[in-house]
Amino acid sequence: MLEYVFYILAAISIVCALMMVVSKNPIHSVLFLIATFFSIAGHFVILNAHFLAIVQIIVYTGAIMVLFLYVIMLLNLNKSTESSKPTLVKIAAVVSAGLLFLVMLASFKESVDLKIVDTADGLGSVKNLGKVLFSEYLLPFEASSVLFLSAMAGSVLLAKKK
Amino acid sequence: MELTELIFKGILVVIIFAITLVAALYSTFAERKISAVLQDRIGPNRAGPFGLLQPLADGVKMFMKEEIIPTSSSKWLFILAPCLAMITAGMSSAVMPWGGNLIIDGETYALQVADINIGILYILGITSVGIYGIMIGGWASDNKYSLLGAIRASSQMISYELAMGLSVIAVVMMTGDLSINEIVKGQPGGHWNVFYQPLGFIIFLICAFAETNRAPFDLPECETELIGGYHTEYSSMKLGFFLFAEYINMFVSCALVAAVYFGGYNMPFINSMGWSPNTVTIVGTACFFLKIAFGIFFFMWVRWTLPRFRYDQLMRLGWQILIPLSIINVILTGLGIIVFK
Repeated sequence: MLEYVFYILAAISIVCALMMVVSKNPIHSVLFLIATFFSIAGHFVILNAHFLAIVQIIVYTGAIMVLFLYVIMLLNLNKSTESSKPTLVKIAAVVSAGLLFLVMLASFKESVDLKIVDTADGLGSVKNLGKVLFSEYLLPFEASSVLFLSAMAGSVLLAKKK
Repeated sequence: MELTELIFKGILVVIIFAITLVAALYSTFAERKISAVLQDRIGPNRAGPFGLLQPLADGVKMFMKEEIIPTSSSKWLFILAPCLAMITAGMSSAVMPWGGNLIIDGETYALQVADINIGILYILGITSVGIYGIMIGGWASDNKYSLLGAIRASSQMISYELAMGLSVIAVVMMTGDLSINEIVKGQPGGHWNVFYQPLGFIIFLICAFAETNRAPFDLPECETELIGGYHTEYSSMKLGFFLFAEYINMFVSCALVAAVYFGGYNMPFINSMGWSPNTVTIVGTACFFLKIAFGIFFFMWVRWTLPRFRYDQLMRLGWQILIPLSIINVILTGLGIIVFK
């Protein structure tokens, strides 16, 4: 049963991710990206990581993508005004994307099959996650919060400077 | 899950959905009656006794109106937007605990569709997704006023989500759990959170007004500046969906306020009456709906009393007053927990 759900979700996420890249209209791209995030949240639910799933929805679809949509609406890119690029740029893009694909293939080839961890015992629950974050990974956690603070201070500084 | 439990949950889903829709339907009627009382008028009284059939008449009117899809709009997104608004509005009542446990033939049934352990975050997530209906609708209309309404709605939503989440954190700190059922159980009898979290309650209430786009925060559809805001181009039942979704959102946020701050289905003295558990559950559910009804009345009372904010005032209230206050509230709650427990 769960396997079928996984395949359906995986198909949705791959199709939506592809459509996000392919679609001409930036607003459609954003909407497909939102659908992709939703299906990834579904994957988290299958893995019993409910907290991660809901945080994915709140942070990515609920906040970051709203801002994306906001900016695109303000820029008024709704008519596909994208100018066509010169042929040289197109060739360069294809070559670099192919190289990236090669690197990805190489890294997957060397990867080890990890065992699937049974998460039914509440491994992904808020309590466990909090305990791990605030004991084992306290330093990286606090360091990343300082990073966010500096990003916030930087954006305020940029906005104040006129 | 056993078959009987599945059937029970299925029936519960249908009942809750029906109640949500009927409550939203009659909220429109209540709004017109309450506004009439507050403005010293009579209000709708033609359709049926005391005008009770007015919502049905309104619904028929909405269905019968001509349906217009602007030629320059993105057709699919234009149709998708009201559906999204309606779907997200209907989803959030799934984790609400409507009552305690019913015992039928020795089996215990919880009056809650899904008791997930992150219930309160689920509601916050759904409300933050609900904005897409308004944003897509405003953009797809290809109309400057609609676009301005959509942009206002999104920035307002993001600004007030933060303070809302922070005020909920204080309650979660007191309960030690993210499940709404546990939060309700943590306020037995008259020990409601509103007495322990008065500041958090006020912040949460203001944010609930802003998140449901109700006056005095209804700038996305501010008719004096933006005609109809994001639904300027909408007509017929698509407009009806947008308006209806707003009333469902109002019902759900009143239920959330009642559950998180007013003890949900808890009432003082309810356990000392000597009633059977089933009676206590049913009376508790009735109390919950009474609290919701008062909440809805309060929402309408505010709407017809207070004037609308100016946009810069709205932003200043959200970012410079509510967010610092809610952070102070979190710190105070933490200190209180250390000192008193």
